[in-house]
Formats: sequence, C-alpha cells, structure tokens
Amino acid sequence: MNVLLDNLALFREGFLGTLWLTVVSALLAVVLGLLIAGFRVSPVPPLRIFGTLWVNVLRNTPLTLLFLVAFFVVPKVLFPGVDSFVLAVCACGFYTSSFVAEAVRSGINTVPMGQAEAARAIGMTFTQTMRIVVLPQATRSVIPPLSSIFIALTKNTAVAGAFDNVDLFNIQKTLSNDGYDIAVIFIWITLGYLVITYAINGLFRLLEKGLEVAR
Amino acid sequence: MSASVLFDAPGPKARFRNLVYSVVGSIGLAALIAWVCYRLYDKGQFAGELWDIFNYAGIRENILEALLSTLKVFALAGVFSLVFAVLLCVARLSDHKPVRWVAVVFIDLFRSIPLLITIFALWVGILGHMTPMWALVLGLTIYNGCVQAEVLRAGVNSVPKGQVEAAYALGLRKTQVTASVLFPQAVRAMLPSIISQLVVTLKDTSLGYIILYPELLYSARLIANNTPVGGVYPTVQTVIVFGAIYISLCLALAWLAKFVERRGSRSKAGIVPAGAKELEEAAAPAAPETKGPGGAAPPSK
Repeated sequence: MNVLLDNLALFREGFLGTLWLTVVSALLAVVLGLLIAGFRVSPVPPLRIFGTLWVNVLRNTPLTLLFLVAFFVVPKVLFPGVDSFVLAVCACGFYTSSFVAEAVRSGINTVPMGQAEAARAIGMTFTQTMRIVVLPQATRSVIPPLSSIFIALTKNTAVAGAFDNVDLFNIQKTLSNDGYDIAVIFIWITLGYLVITYAINGLFRLLEKGLEVAR
Repeated sequence: MSASVLFDAPGPKARFRNLVYSVVGSIGLAALIAWVCYRLYDKGQFAGELWDIFNYAGIRENILEALLSTLKVFALAGVFSLVFAVLLCVARLSDHKPVRWVAVVFIDLFRSIPLLITIFALWVGILGHMTPMWALVLGLTIYNGCVQAEVLRAGVNSVPKGQVEAAYALGLRKTQVTASVLFPQAVRAMLPSIISQLVVTLKDTSLGYIILYPELLYSARLIANNTPVGGVYPTVQTVIVFGAIYISLCLALAWLAKFVERRGSRSKAGIVPAGAKELEEAAAPAAPETKGPGGAAPPSK
C-alpha cells in the first residue's frame, strides 16, 4: 500500500500517460484505418495496392521495430526534433491502423451482396445505399473486433514506456530502480491497466447494445 | 472486383473517373515515395559504403546468431505456450467449480496485462533471479498460453453437443471424451487461429530488446550503433534489413495459416479420418470467428 501512497503523483502521471497515449493513438488508428480500408475496397488499383501493402507490412512488423524506426530513423532523416509523445502515438497509431483497416474491410465483406442489389433495385442512389443499407450493417459487425483491437492497443502502449515516454511501464521501471518490491509495483500497475481495458470493454458493450437490432 | 456491395460494375463514365483517380492516386503515392527517397538521399543514406557493412562476415554471423536466438525463444515459447494452453483449457472446461474459477481468473488477468509488464516483472525478479531469455520465454508462455487457451475453448465449444453425448453413450470416460473427441476437432477447427497467434508470439519475441536479450532487434541496434561508416550510423540500412527478416518470417507463418485454412475448408469437415465421414456430416466446424485477443486479427481472406 505504501508504494502507491508514497508515489501517488508518479502513479497518476503514469496512468494519465497511458490513457492519453491510448486515446490519441486510437483516434489516429481509426482515421487512418478507415482511410486505408477505403483504399482497399476502392475501384482504383494503385490505391488498392497501397492499402494491401500498408496492411501487410505493418501487421507483420513487430511493434518494437516500428518504435525503433520512429525513434531512431524518423527524427534523423525525415522530421528532426519531433516530440517523443508524437513519435510514440505515430508508431502505435500506424500499427493499430492496419488492424482497424482489416476489421473494417471484413465488416464490409459481411454485408451480403443481395442487400446492395435490393437497395439499387428499389431505386436508391449510391449515397442512400451506403448510408441506409450497407454501412449500418457493416458498423454492427465491426464493433466487436474493434473493442479487442483497442484493448490490444492499450497494452501495446507499454512499449512506448520503454522509449522514454511517461506511462505505467515507465513508472514500473522507475519504481523498481528505486528499490521497491517488484511484486507490489506489479499489482498496482496491473490494476491501472485493468481499469483502462475494462472501461474500453464496457464502452463497447454499451455501443453494441445501442446498435443492436432484432433480426 | 466487379462484384462488390460497394459499387456496381463501372460504366464508361465511372471507368473514366476511376482512371483519373488511378492517375491522381499514383502520382500522389509516387510523390510521397519520391519525397522519402529524396530525404534519404539528401542525408546520404544511399551511399554504397553504408550498405557495404552487410558484406562483412562478422556482421553476417551476428545477424545469423541473432536470428537463431530469436527463433530459439520463439520455438520454446511456442511449444510451452501450446502445452500450457491445453492445460489451461482443460482447467477452464473442468466440471469442478474451483478449478474452473482459478482458470478463468488466471486467463482474464494475464490476458489484460501488457506482455511487456509481465516480462519486465519476471526479469527484475518477481519469481527469483531469471536470465533475460527465460524471462522472455516464460512471459510469452504465460500470455500466449492464456490466449491460445481461449482459442482452444472456442474450438471445443464449436464441437456439436451430440458428439459428446454419443461418446458418453458409447461408454467413454471423461478423459477419453476430451482427448479423443473434443480436442482433435477443436485443434482442427482452430488451427488457422492458433497459427496466427503464433505469428503474434514471433513478433512479441522482439520485446526481448527491452530487457536486453540479444535477439534480432537488439543486435540491429548494436550493429547500427557500433559500425559508423565515415561518421554516419547505418540505422536506416539495418532497420531495412532486419525489418525484411521479420516481415518474411511472419509472412511465411501467416501463409502457412492460410494454407491450412484452405486445406481445412476444402473437405467440408476438415481433415476427416477415413470411415468417419458419415458420422461427421453435421460436424462441419464453422469457420473460426475468434479474434486473436492478443491484438492480431487472424489473417482474413
């Protein structure tokens, strides 16, 4: 208990660091993921190829390697002097975007062909078909995988802590260097992560309930 | 691509528009790539000497050694995690409530702790002194064991109830039902998911970098830092080389998963033992739907 009370400020900083990293990277991942998924299902071959490459390369690269690129290559070659938080968000966000893109794409694929055909047959325009028929159904099947992707993202942000970002992993390192008992630190850090992952889980449960329809 | 929910087969107008988009998109992407290449060129990263380091036998041996130690951890963690997963899954499906609860708590707990936190705690010595390698192997085993256990459980649950009832009716004991009816079918149904979780295991061996285990990434950093060529550190070059190694390893495994999936889906109920075909008419396991909760989606077709 003392470990927590003595270092409350540190713990709060670490918790907020992890939370903030998760939220910002999740936003980046969703925006990029939707864009890439759009590329992958578009009728334009170069964009499709780019989307496929993006997903395959990022999904098959270890996150640690991406962090290595973000922290040792990007500042040296492309953008000198970028904040380490931005670099961490980019690494996590880019990595997660490939999973989001795949989830969105397979969500779209679950909508049966007949739905779109029927929509066109009763005279709906392209926008109407998308807005009223295809996208609502696709969204419903994208929500569950997205929840596990974001939980994975929360856990992945721990790698950022190893690269000089203040987050829960970073705090764990600091405290264990200060000589506190690792078992006790471990319990508190774990609790921090559990709070975030369960919050995400609950949020998506709610979202899923809200979108639920009787079929 | 002509059959899609998103758009109809393009007519002349749409074909023209797609052509315009293609050209604009290509130009945009080419510009992006050209810009990155220009920046690399500008910083002198394309100089031949920087790439020349990979011609030295010493560096090549380093890479090979690192690759082997990555593969060693992967092999150990892969085998241990699968064994551990079977144990956990059996405990999770046990008829005894306390055993079941312990398994549920264990699985849920370690699935929601970041692997890095577990590995670090093991390395620092939560269970006594441990070398980086064993901390890494044990961490990977615990985490992936939990994930694989859930995958297996989904597989066991996909076996129709009638089969278990039939097996009991034949007089098989609980162990026999589990070992000879449930698990073989569960493994077969879930093989693609199991393999794609192994891809995640392989990628996660790179966390060894953080606890100073000399695997691929760690040696990439060493090479990049210790062999400056004319005052320039070959970071970009080593990252490209090691990235290619990782990507090809993972793609090979992912390809294996796809191959197994295709092979499994060719015959309706997977690899049906001869003579058992009629019995398994109804058994056709649905295509696995589980997400690798470790963050990786199983490669979708």
